[in-house]
Amino acid sequence: MQSLDTYRDEARVRAVCDEIARVATREWTLMEVCGGQTHSIMRYGIDQLLPKQIELVHGPGCPVCVTPLEVIDRALAIAARPDVIFTSFGDMLRVPGSTTDLFQIKAKGGDVRIVYSPLDALQVARANPGKQVVFFAVGFETTAPANGMAVFQARREGLKNFSILVSHALVPPAIIALLSDPENRVKGFLAAGHVCAVMGYREYEPLAEKYRVPIVVTGFEPLDIANGILACVRQLEECRAQVENAYPRAVLREGNVAAQKLIAEVYQVCDRKWRGIGEIPASGWRLRDNLREFDAELRFDVGDLRVNESPLCISGLVLQGRKKPNECVAFGKQCTPAKPLGATMVSTEGACAAYYRYARHTFALVG
Amino acid sequence: MITLQCPLPLRDYPNIVMGHGGGGKLSRDLVEHLFAPTFDNALLAPLNDQAVFAMENARLAFTTDSFVVKPIFFPGGTIGDLAINGTVNDLAMSGARPLYLSAGFILEEGFSLDDLTRVVYSMGAAAKRAGVQIVTGDTKVVEAGHGDKIYINTAGIGIVPDDVNISAGNARAGDAIILSGAIGLHGIAILSQREGLRFDSEILSDCAPLHDLVATMLAITRDIHVLRDPTRGGIASALNEIADAGKIGIEIDERAIRVPRDVASACEMLGLDPFYVANEGKLIAFVPNEIAPRVIDAMRAHALGGDAAIIGRAVAAHPGMVVARTSIGATRIVDMMIGEQLPRIC
Repeated sequence: MQSLDTYRDEARVRAVCDEIARVATREWTLMEVCGGQTHSIMRYGIDQLLPKQIELVHGPGCPVCVTPLEVIDRALAIAARPDVIFTSFGDMLRVPGSTTDLFQIKAKGGDVRIVYSPLDALQVARANPGKQVVFFAVGFETTAPANGMAVFQARREGLKNFSILVSHALVPPAIIALLSDPENRVKGFLAAGHVCAVMGYREYEPLAEKYRVPIVVTGFEPLDIANGILACVRQLEECRAQVENAYPRAVLREGNVAAQKLIAEVYQVCDRKWRGIGEIPASGWRLRDNLREFDAELRFDVGDLRVNESPLCISGLVLQGRKKPNECVAFGKQCTPAKPLGATMVSTEGACAAYYRYARHTFALVG
Repeated sequence: MITLQCPLPLRDYPNIVMGHGGGGKLSRDLVEHLFAPTFDNALLAPLNDQAVFAMENARLAFTTDSFVVKPIFFPGGTIGDLAINGTVNDLAMSGARPLYLSAGFILEEGFSLDDLTRVVYSMGAAAKRAGVQIVTGDTKVVEAGHGDKIYINTAGIGIVPDDVNISAGNARAGDAIILSGAIGLHGIAILSQREGLRFDSEILSDCAPLHDLVATMLAITRDIHVLRDPTRGGIASALNEIADAGKIGIEIDERAIRVPRDVASACEMLGLDPFYVANEGKLIAFVPNEIAPRVIDAMRAHALGGDAAIIGRAVAAHPGMVVARTSIGATRIVDMMIGEQLPRIC
């Protein structure tokens, strides 16, 4: 933990922020892609230390937030079944579906369990051969290898009572979608360090070149984020548009090759709906055809569920960096973490929840 | 006419969920919207951890608490230690000298008598250490599957000195906020033993009776405004409750709050914030700023207050809100939790 203290040290972070102020000669809008980075920025108040000319907008990289409502409803339908033990990471439990959430399913007798790894879910399946055990496999490229490993092992062991409900999203197609939008005002990206730790950053190089936009691989501690911003601003000021690694202690250009190999064996690319944004082509993973017996959506026949979102919620615009959470009329009024209208208010990594939890003292509510 | 409806809507939950017992906003909702308005009386109204009232020539403190911790044996203690120390501490937070406790046991059919003996022996030892007597009790057994080994309820009474008046509502702008030591030990010690999460650590629960530390503080000054033991919901929830009750703002400095390295590592790994993790042997005190240094000196001389430090101040600005100075010198809100703390996906 000694090293973490270093990355949270006021003097070091201030020194980098001072350098950003010195380098930036005009206004720049940057997007941190990942919800974990948004959380860090608000949790530590990094935005308060930045010069006025740097604006951070918050990207679509919160796995809880971009999971479509119908996928949540599918999870709820499966979890309510008496023959099912439904396992999930903790922060999916409070995400509201159209009528209920996993906490309430649990309160009404559903067997819903928080696990810390999909391999724990596999252990639950081994220990309960008379039950169907389902793991809610939500996440970006980061969580895909472990989720894939669980399926891989289940097949090897011939486990018939294990399946996963897959909702994997991919970062590069989302960045392309944002950059292709005529209203885009993002001039540089902080790419998610943990996604790049798995996938490397070669796939971002054609994007930087085609769209003339700097993409800086960035970590999650305050000093990491400040360094990522500095590298991005330097590129913009020097009219460069490159992929740069500001998180070398965790990320290699090639990424984790063994994990990528496993991913290729388990998943194939598919079109995918992003909550609040809509369908993005080739932006998700589903299980390969030869592994679809482990796909909970097919096993429990819940693929046809379709639902509508709250008309007040602007989480789609927030996820695209076009609105700030506090620009929403419902923010802090009809919509709070206790009673969220959209997923960005639920997850601790959601931009709306981060604004509400950490920073509502710094601005006035609108409307 | 009596209707079977909640006086106020309870955050749209038609059923009890685990978060209602988590010590956060949902727990608070149950108390403020159902229990307090129904049982409505002046002694309950301050919503302290105990009621204080005069009887004959004495001022008594009275409290009750139930213990459902899982696992029942954990590094640094047992459910029995908690059942004694938890109630002793609830009394101590009014400045009371704890005297007598009751013990109610709800046992599950099939529970091992060896384990029950171990729990009861630990209660006996804890009561002796705290200088209280268990003077009445009750035992019930429920069918297998209708309980989880053992649940314990304890109630307690103690005597409050005449010139002591401690309540969350007494917090005043300008008060120094003292924390008696490192946070997060109990919660992480329990988590480290949870099924499916077992990890090796040296972290021991800080479970301990605090009344003697409180007596040490009261020997320095009777002018202690607030005492709270930050159990469920951690120091964040305790501070929010005090800000609310005292109609004051609170400013704390994150760097002044000691989080042991093991606790910090476990929290990083699990995506938890140590400010919300339970403690069972720590207290938060609000005292007038000018006497704070003397109170801290006295606390540091006590075995349970060796790391006592000022962590912040009560202020007139932003009443009801807790604002922290972060490690990089910016500010953030420290909010009340909704239900339970949830580990993050990544």
